[in-house]
Amino acid sequence: MESLLRNALCVDPAAGLEEPGLRDVLLRDGLIAGLTEPGSLPTEAGREDLDLEGRLLIPGLMDMHVHLRDPGQEYKEDIVSGSRAAVCGGFTAVLAMPNTSPVLDKGAEVSYVLDAAAQTACARVYVAGALTKGLKGESLSEMGDMLAAGAVAFTDDGRGVQDSGVMRLALEYASSLGAPVLSHCQVETLVGGGQVNEGIASTRLGLAGWPAAGEEIQIARDIALCELTGCALHIQHISTAEGVALVRAAKAKGLPVTCEVTPHHLFLTEDALDAHYDTNFKMNPPLRTAADAAALRAALEKGDIDCVATDHAPHAPHEKSLEFELAPFGTTGLETALGLVLTNLVATGELSLAQLVERMAHAPRRILGLAPVTLTVGSVADLTVIDRDVEWEVCVDGFASKSKNCAFIGKKLKGRASEVLIGGTVVLRGGELL
Amino acid sequence: MGALSTKHVIDIQDLSVEDINLILDTAVPFKEVNQRTIKKLPTLRGRTVVNLFLEPSTRTRTSFELAAKRLSADGINFSASTSATIKGESLVDTAQTLDAMDCDLVIIRHGYAGSPRILAQNMRAHIINGGDGKHQHPTQALLDLFTIRERFGRLAGLKVAVVGDIAHSRVFGSLGPALDMLGAQVTAIAPKTLLPACPELLGASVSTSLDEALETYDVVYMLRIQQERLERSPLPSLREYARLYGMNLERLARMKPEAILMHPGPVNRGVELTSDTIEMARNLLLYQVNAGVAVRMALMYLLLGGDQDGIAA
Repeated sequence: MESLLRNALCVDPAAGLEEPGLRDVLLRDGLIAGLTEPGSLPTEAGREDLDLEGRLLIPGLMDMHVHLRDPGQEYKEDIVSGSRAAVCGGFTAVLAMPNTSPVLDKGAEVSYVLDAAAQTACARVYVAGALTKGLKGESLSEMGDMLAAGAVAFTDDGRGVQDSGVMRLALEYASSLGAPVLSHCQVETLVGGGQVNEGIASTRLGLAGWPAAGEEIQIARDIALCELTGCALHIQHISTAEGVALVRAAKAKGLPVTCEVTPHHLFLTEDALDAHYDTNFKMNPPLRTAADAAALRAALEKGDIDCVATDHAPHAPHEKSLEFELAPFGTTGLETALGLVLTNLVATGELSLAQLVERMAHAPRRILGLAPVTLTVGSVADLTVIDRDVEWEVCVDGFASKSKNCAFIGKKLKGRASEVLIGGTVVLRGGELL
Repeated sequence: MGALSTKHVIDIQDLSVEDINLILDTAVPFKEVNQRTIKKLPTLRGRTVVNLFLEPSTRTRTSFELAAKRLSADGINFSASTSATIKGESLVDTAQTLDAMDCDLVIIRHGYAGSPRILAQNMRAHIINGGDGKHQHPTQALLDLFTIRERFGRLAGLKVAVVGDIAHSRVFGSLGPALDMLGAQVTAIAPKTLLPACPELLGASVSTSLDEALETYDVVYMLRIQQERLERSPLPSLREYARLYGMNLERLARMKPEAILMHPGPVNRGVELTSDTIEMARNLLLYQVNAGVAVRMALMYLLLGGDQDGIAA
């Protein structure tokens, strides 16, 4: 089975394509079989040719922080709808978080997600298992069992592990199995019922504050435990300038520490809350200050922040329309992340296309120990095609996700995924799911 | 008589300085009405006012209820125990249900900040915030402004100390910005554990000592220590609080002779104020309560565009 992507403007720093280069890309049996000068291969009967007309072709994007809500909360999202949202957003792979119902803390639950995904998902679905049983932070989950079932990382995402002794054990155990630990950093005694950033937003809205220190203290602790245990540590959804400084210092020491940032922490601040109590802006960690967002953008460019991950957190309208303090945390992100990064970082010259590929395709797979996807012969043909010129507005009726709780509704963006291929098969074409 | 520039009074900053002055001016004749034997005007006859009190309240609910009755409005009371919210109905659904009954004005008291906005987004009626979580309590601020203005004849240039649980106080959430808007100088006095992250956003400068400049204030406003709303105790003891930040006869004697002492009530005796201080200040504390009815009548009247002739009757 062969197909040819003609006139693809290829970018992939891992393939020596730092700068865009026009190629024809030959695919065979789900792999890349050749990259040639445009027009050098003659048309062949039985081979499907797709002319990209100079659109960007990059290795398929991966989002390593996604809540698929399946099993248990399928009214918010499920494996099918979540994977469709991923493909619409240009992602070929996602990492599903374990805070489902039941929690993914044993091999059987991990197998359920992977089996269901294999049968029904249109994107590749990877699974992070719970770090502790029931995400309670008290005792180690059966990480070995979950690894055998196919889990690739462990996390108690949604809450921080409060007991430092338990966190130490979890890091030691995970590192014995060679699995990375993804850490949601939140000190409960400081954060408590915190709703919004402690500062302007908490004062203006009369809501309990979620202080930056509540995140930074646990980042600092986990880095110290990383040094003690040697376990690969990945800090999730980092949101403050000081948090980034801690990670930068850890990296300078040579520790195996990485981190991710979400589009909402890059491009929104607590000022978005104004006086409106719009629960689409209720996030955990909360939207921070303009100075924090600027530091996050600079750190992403510099590489102190390894990757962009969306923390795609779908919620039903009846949940998000509650009183602010009763509404759940989170925004959807899969379908807006690429457009936001293209519009707000690439078009402005703050991030090169090669850096976008590194931060949104290569880094997540490297952090999780997955096989790289590159524009080289022999690589699996998980590919994202980007139309950089299309202008579009994020609108409430335009989501493939089951949920519409998006903090970016109304934003005008330039650039989005037009085609997505997974294992050489076209699953998105002309921006439409096939 | 003019009209207000806003449909709802949720945030004190929904009101302009002109709006606030209009409300205070309008409250003056209503206060006179409340001294009459027949304390009832026909101005809001046929209008429906709903008191949606989802959190316990005695004085605010009574004050609004009385204000509505004295303006001849038809009032309905919903409390947490009678409303459908305890059966799990969402506030959005409650709002839409009340809206279907064609209410003209809803006063909401709720434990969650921002909840009056949910009503405003789902109803045609005017909304008055009767206290939302730790956010705002604009009618308390208005009656306090009225009280201060009655005493001094002005608000601009006055030095006002507000003492106590600033961080958890919806009273201060409205009063601080209101005093600032009207040109008073506000000092929030509390230990840092009871101060919000950015007190300057509420129009206040900050001091951690009550004794430091006590003789310079025109108004000393003691906030209630909201013991039920303190997540982790920010105070070592109420005894120590009373010692450092409580009003007693000794401190009262140090205040300017013309200075006034205020409290939104209910008072924790022996905490914010000693009992003998309460006796000394009783007239003013009750004056605040009395003014509350008139100010709420004025606000309802202005929002609902009541019939003017009624007042003179």
